[in-house]
Amino acid sequence: MKKILALVLILLFFGISFSFAEDRTITVKAKKFSYTPNKIEVNKGDHVTIRLMSEDVTHGLFIDGYGLNTKAHPGSDGSISFVANKTGKYAFRCSVTCGEFHPYMVGNLIVGPNHRFYFFGLIILVICIGSAAIPLLKRKS
Amino acid sequence: MSKDKLFGLIDLDWRFEITKFKPIRALFKSRWFPLLLIIANLFIFVVILVAGLMGGYSAGNYNFGIMLVWILWWVMLMLVLVPVFSRFWCTMCPFPVFSDWFQRGKLFGVRLGKLEGLNLRWPKKFRNMWIMNIGFLVTTFFSGFFTVRPLATFILLGGIILLAFIIGLVFEKRNFCLYVCPVSGFQGLYSQFAASEIRRIDPEVCAKHPVKTCFTGNEDGYGCPWMLTPFNFEKNTYCGMCLECFKSCPHDNMAFNLRPPGVDLLIDTKKSPKGLDEAYKAFIMLGIAIMFYTAFQGPWGGFKDMVRATTAKGYFTYVAMHASFNLLILPGIFLFFSWLSKLFSKSQEVTLKRIFINFAYTLIPLGLGIWIGFSLGIIMPNGSYLLHIISDPFAWGWNIFGTANLPWTPVFTGLMGYLQGVTLIVFYLFSLNYGNRIAKQLFPDPDQARRAWMPILTFLTLITFIFLWLFLG
Repeated sequence: MKKILALVLILLFFGISFSFAEDRTITVKAKKFSYTPNKIEVNKGDHVTIRLMSEDVTHGLFIDGYGLNTKAHPGSDGSISFVANKTGKYAFRCSVTCGEFHPYMVGNLIVGPNHRFYFFGLIILVICIGSAAIPLLKRKS
Repeated sequence: MSKDKLFGLIDLDWRFEITKFKPIRALFKSRWFPLLLIIANLFIFVVILVAGLMGGYSAGNYNFGIMLVWILWWVMLMLVLVPVFSRFWCTMCPFPVFSDWFQRGKLFGVRLGKLEGLNLRWPKKFRNMWIMNIGFLVTTFFSGFFTVRPLATFILLGGIILLAFIIGLVFEKRNFCLYVCPVSGFQGLYSQFAASEIRRIDPEVCAKHPVKTCFTGNEDGYGCPWMLTPFNFEKNTYCGMCLECFKSCPHDNMAFNLRPPGVDLLIDTKKSPKGLDEAYKAFIMLGIAIMFYTAFQGPWGGFKDMVRATTAKGYFTYVAMHASFNLLILPGIFLFFSWLSKLFSKSQEVTLKRIFINFAYTLIPLGLGIWIGFSLGIIMPNGSYLLHIISDPFAWGWNIFGTANLPWTPVFTGLMGYLQGVTLIVFYLFSLNYGNRIAKQLFPDPDQARRAWMPILTFLTLITFIFLWLFLG
């Protein structure tokens, strides 16, 4: 039982998930200076279509890491389609100057499993435990 | 030489003197340096102020003043200048140039004797970081304006230059830089981590030199404008690297050294004690980093509306949250962990206050790493705006370098998470390494030190996880 559990944890950590790729269509509404929803969560391999709707002025949506970009005017939507093949958290940000807070207009695309987060988190945990344990081990030896 | 090595690799006493190279020493001794740098910088700041004034209340990402100050300058400060070159920004800072000029009556040469102005001494109770702590925190209340509204940047920078001049009229030397300048405080704090320093070379040479011209001045250089004693000062915090001590030392006994990062964090002497003001600076910088990330790089539109004062109620709620988080909540949480530290140590000798203050210095490397991670989140998506504004600084339709029409281009933003993760871990390691040493300084008994260190290790790990989640989660 323990071995199976360990195997499942290892597979999950290395991103081998048991879910199948899905077609995901997400409508994102843009309004000075935020997106709704501001967080999009998909799984690796999903076919993702983001439909961008603007509720006030012209806005853009650029996805870090994927390098994809679209624009939307009020009444004229934009669209991006892609396969979510890179895992991790990527900001999507407005690509059309839309007002004073434009550089801060961001949302997050999270493609699971979020390897990078788990990987760095594991390192921090190991360092923490090591830092606490090494002096103890030294003392005992 | 000390056997104590950083990560078991670099001797903490290791130094590499850059000024042993004759052209560099000659440069440092020349009165043209850093004056020419300051004048060049002054010209840039004049352009920044003009662009700020003419940019008005419009979107700032195409404004020279906004981009140069909040994208280029801030990022350079956090990524390179402070971690590597300590307070090198102060070497070339143009803010105090007018008060220096007024006090000295000359811009280039050395004036011997009493300086112009009232030359009052700075009040003793304010000879610390508290004014800078509060000043910087209050400045960040308006960051939703300063970083996006050209006119707000103009008012801030113009105000600082004016204040520097007025304080220079009333008080002696560089009291503005030492105790008021909002930029000075965090540089002083984080320069303790810097990989470079200015120090005397041979203490014997200073001991045999009764006049101490580095402090009193001579015909070649002014006595330390920062009112330090260059012949024996111990840490970077209040050294503005103005290089006057290189000029006024007749024995060439001052050095600019490379060193292991962070060695100042271990300084806790009668002359340079660890203080509550610096500890609070560490909390304020950490708290501001959390608030800034949430407001400017997070996806939460409601919080952005509060920061940019869409409604008065929202704005004042933000100010209250920001102030209480930085001044009460974060130090309060740390106080709890410090209390646990005292409890675990079972020590009667070491006071809670001393534990709180000394361990707060472990936040310096981690805090700097967090600001580096934050700065990557500024420069990588927004750096390309710089190419636009250098070609058209006043938005007059110029195209000086042919780059005015380049489109916005985020650079390697897909790699940002990796860079932020690595940065966090590296600086977390520094915090742990110095934290262990600080624990041993505080508690000479190794068992007490080990037990006392555990709660602080937990706190540092929690903070690192919070930022890992903000950056990558």
